[in-house]
Amino acid sequence: MTMVQALGLYNYWVVVFLMMTGFYIVIARRNLIKSILGLNIFQTSVFLLYISMGKIDGATAPIVPPDIAAAAAHHGDHHSDHHGHGEHAGHGVVDHGVDHGVDGATEIAHEAAHSATGYVAMTGIDAENIVYSNPLPSVLMLTAIVVGIATTALALALIVRVREDYGTVEEDEILQINQEEWAAGRERAAKKKKASPGVSAR
Amino acid sequence: MIEANLPVLLIVIPMITAPLCVLAGRGRIAYAMSLLASVLVFAIAVALVIKVGDSGTIRYELGGWEPPYGIEYVVDRLSSFMAMFVSALGMIVLFYAPHSVNKEIQPSKHYLFYATYLLCMTGLLGICVTGDLFNVFVFLEISSLSSYALISLGRTRRAPLSALQYLIVGSIGATFILIGIGLLYQMTGTLNMADIASRIDTIDGPRTIMVAFAFLTVGLCVKMAVFPLHTWLPGAYTYAPSVVTCFIAATATKVSVYAFIRLVYGIMTPKFAFELLPLDSALMVFSLIGIFVASTAAVFQDDVKRLLAYSSVAQIGYMLLGVSMSNIDGLTAGIVHMFNHALIKGGLFMVAGCFILRLGSSRLSDWAGAGRTMPWTGFAWAIGGLGLIGVPMTAGFISKWLLLTAAMQNGWWPVAALMLLSSLLAVAYVWKVVETLYFSEPSDAVVASTEAPAGMLIPTYAIIGCVVLFGIWTTYSAGLAAAAAAELLGATP
Amino acid sequence: MTDPVNLIVLSLVLPLVAFVMNFVLGNRPNARECSTVVIATILFGVVGLLASSVFDGQRPELFVSEMLPGFSIAFSVEPLGMIFALVASGLWILTTIYGAGYMRGHHEKHQTRFFGCFALAIFAAIAAAFSSNLFTMFVAYELMTVSTYPLVTHHGTAEAKSGGRIYLGILLSTSIAFFMMAIAWTWSLCGTLDFKQGGILNVPYEAGEISTLALGVLLGLFAFGIGKAALMPMHRWLPAAMVAPTPVSALLHAVAVVKVGVFSLLKVVVYIFGIDLLQATGVNLWLAYVAGFTIVVASIIAMTKDNLKARLAYSTIGQLAYISLGAALATPDSVIGGGMHIVMHAVGKITLFFCAGAIYVAAHKKNISDMAGLGRQMPWTFGAFLVASVSIIGLPPGGGAWSKWFLAVGTAETHQYALTAALMISSLLNIAYLVPIPIQAFLKPRPDRDSNHDSDHSHDHGEAPLACVIPLVITATLSIVLFFAAEPIYQALLPIVSE
Repeated sequence: MTMVQALGLYNYWVVVFLMMTGFYIVIARRNLIKSILGLNIFQTSVFLLYISMGKIDGATAPIVPPDIAAAAAHHGDHHSDHHGHGEHAGHGVVDHGVDHGVDGATEIAHEAAHSATGYVAMTGIDAENIVYSNPLPSVLMLTAIVVGIATTALALALIVRVREDYGTVEEDEILQINQEEWAAGRERAAKKKKASPGVSAR
Repeated sequence: MIEANLPVLLIVIPMITAPLCVLAGRGRIAYAMSLLASVLVFAIAVALVIKVGDSGTIRYELGGWEPPYGIEYVVDRLSSFMAMFVSALGMIVLFYAPHSVNKEIQPSKHYLFYATYLLCMTGLLGICVTGDLFNVFVFLEISSLSSYALISLGRTRRAPLSALQYLIVGSIGATFILIGIGLLYQMTGTLNMADIASRIDTIDGPRTIMVAFAFLTVGLCVKMAVFPLHTWLPGAYTYAPSVVTCFIAATATKVSVYAFIRLVYGIMTPKFAFELLPLDSALMVFSLIGIFVASTAAVFQDDVKRLLAYSSVAQIGYMLLGVSMSNIDGLTAGIVHMFNHALIKGGLFMVAGCFILRLGSSRLSDWAGAGRTMPWTGFAWAIGGLGLIGVPMTAGFISKWLLLTAAMQNGWWPVAALMLLSSLLAVAYVWKVVETLYFSEPSDAVVASTEAPAGMLIPTYAIIGCVVLFGIWTTYSAGLAAAAAAELLGATP
Repeated sequence: MTDPVNLIVLSLVLPLVAFVMNFVLGNRPNARECSTVVIATILFGVVGLLASSVFDGQRPELFVSEMLPGFSIAFSVEPLGMIFALVASGLWILTTIYGAGYMRGHHEKHQTRFFGCFALAIFAAIAAAFSSNLFTMFVAYELMTVSTYPLVTHHGTAEAKSGGRIYLGILLSTSIAFFMMAIAWTWSLCGTLDFKQGGILNVPYEAGEISTLALGVLLGLFAFGIGKAALMPMHRWLPAAMVAPTPVSALLHAVAVVKVGVFSLLKVVVYIFGIDLLQATGVNLWLAYVAGFTIVVASIIAMTKDNLKARLAYSTIGQLAYISLGAALATPDSVIGGGMHIVMHAVGKITLFFCAGAIYVAAHKKNISDMAGLGRQMPWTFGAFLVASVSIIGLPPGGGAWSKWFLAVGTAETHQYALTAALMISSLLNIAYLVPIPIQAFLKPRPDRDSNHDSDHSHDHGEAPLACVIPLVITATLSIVLFFAAEPIYQALLPIVSE
């Protein structure tokens, strides 16, 4: 791997960096709030991973330009037909894409764009250079973000409860309190055991 | 109309009922609605089992979008079997719930409790029937998030803390799964499981597939609570309300095992997982260590719920042993043990719930002599415990026997021997409780206690009865599991 | 109705009926025990009818269900099982009568549970006796363990708890760790678990799928996995189980439980290994020496025990090892001797236990040293004790003479003279630890200190309740009768060792 290639994957380096940062924070930080922040960073890195997966160099947002859309409205049947074929083709070449070490998803997006191009050529509108990014990863991430927010909200709510009960959000202190409680419970149980022969004798 | 839409109704009914419970705002109405929903769901699941048995795999296109564009639900033998027992346990635990919920959860939160319970069930059932990988992640998070919330409802202040610990570990696991799914998508351009399976080149494919598989495996191992990733489980099971523990212990980890089976046998191939990658040896080692460590830990617990929780970690090891054998007998054993263990552990946690209701404590030392004042509950423990040990005429024996013969067939002698030795530890921790129940001097609190209410005993005995029934009659446990295993292995020759 | 298959069904269902009836009639002890006695008598009749057809050469079979593919619950009756079933069902009648007298004389609690579990144990014994494959036998074997646990721990005391713990611990762990392993191994070798005349393991052995050494290991797994056979060092549960009430010790630990153990061992040797295979390979000899060792050591330990039940327990361990020895020698004569000894020892030992219980009920004595002089007050009990001792020792006219004879012939046939010597030494030891008990009781005067203590029972307790005495007199008589009636048993057992 040459330097240029390595640098070309800079988005993945960012992802890895964020991922490790977040993971480290979760593991190393004993403050509950900070752990949750780490968790968030960790999750966000995955969002970036997905989004960069769908991105294609020089591609535009996957929105059909208005003029093409208008033209498509004229040939409604045709459009859906061809579009469908285009996507099928897109799936068909994935293996080929894999062989070359290119992202499959990128290939699909390319293919989708090509089909649009072919269609455009047929309808006479010049759109040779339109390349669309793959929208699906972004859509998936919308769901994942929602899940992430729900997780964070729940975690924060739980931390509030913990703080109410223990008076702290430092895990070390909480563990210490638990340990003291446990030791006290054992002492009580031991006392009870000592007391019980007396009870039975009576 | 209804028949064609059964797969989606399985998910939609509990999912819609949950917000309705919240809208109802009253505990009793919410209970009635969730009970109704769970009965319906169980009926649907049974209908699906029958239908799949008659006419083979059902593929359902969600919203009419044909796969791979739309999400597809796939109900085959394994998933219908899973859906059936998850919904059955969900239903029975709900029948069991009211007394325990009244005692352990504030009345003002009852309706929220039932709503969350249904959401948890939705998530678990969703994992069973979906054929879309990203959908698995979503349902996994639905069930996990709702179980974090359910666990935090426990009585002590440990409950929210345990829930939070579970949340952190569980979210990391879920994110690992998300990364794995992402990498698989990157390689194949599709999220449909069957589609991925047909496109993936597991033999000469790029390393990304291995990495994806690794991420998914580790993520699922967290959710399955495989040793040494089990640390969240004992706390979560111990401090959750009794009803929640019954349900989650019986179903949640098993559904993750199901997802793992799908991953190995449905998406990847056993050849990839067990021959190209040494996953079978890794699983075997971790399972066996887990079985021994967790069983030993269980022997030394005073808190009965924690004891059972450690036992669950050990039992997951048996299931994974079966799965990792990658022959039809081993897989059958793994699948049937999911079912049998769900019954046994669900039943035992229900018994524990009865004792907790009457004695107000889950510590074994507070249960001393309770077998005399609560004879029915105590007897149920004895039967369930025999099932856990794997004594003949109980469900536990069937799975252990299958596992043993499968290990023999693979020529895994040491595994077979260790497996049998490990069940001696189960004897130790089950009998510890039995002796305390029957041979210890009861304290005043125990003497004053009375038998658990019939409303709890009847569902408990329904489950415990099943433990015995499926120890004698295996057509619908081992039979269905064997058919499911055959289908899984047949699909990927 | 007299179709043998129906009889099998009936003999399996009857104990279960008794089990249910116990709980239905739980509040009315008289009706409860009457029903058990009636059912037990019917059962004996049914088993007797079945026996007449089986000894005529029929082999009725009953297929119940296939629990798992290849593993079915099925029954078929062959002579060895038939004899065991006859013994268990016949002695069940007597024990129920005896148990009723004992439990009431002793004001025991939880009698319903007691008799209920008892019936369940009988069910397990019959099921094991009639089992047609190893799987069924294993299920019955484990059911026996679990159903007798409440009987062993009946008193609920700390002593009962620790006894029960040892009992369950050893029996469950040996069966799970070794017996189950051995069964699964057999299954993986043969693909079947059915008992077959001549054995099933000879096929894989001849095909070279199992080495001679491995065959020996497999035999060891069976021998020690069947913990109920109480071969040393798996014998500890038996003395521990003596904390149970005496009727339990009598039926279960002289007849049902231990006999299920040695019976299973015999059946495994005859129908799984096949005596020809064992003779050809010689892998059985080490087991024979383990049995011989157990015989001698258990007898020596028995001499040191002052507690009567403990002494009888070690005596039982020694006597069981006779049967194991018969199985381990694997000659036709030794196997027949082992089979006969199941009967002879059952009758003799149950008499001894009945006597121990009767003494305890009447005189509240547990220790042998306290029993001097009791014979004059309890002549029937100690008379029966003497008769049964003669049979256990193996002297004519006790039934045990025949079985010991065949076992001794077996050791001579295989030229294992050390084992012959072990048998003889053991007989001498038997005399030393059994005969002095009734002799002392009859001939020695009662010690004085006894009359000062134990105010209410020591003077005028007389004989034990009639319900206790009648059964023990019957069984004592039976052990004499068996000496003269050994021929039918021999004839019945002959088919299992001849092709």
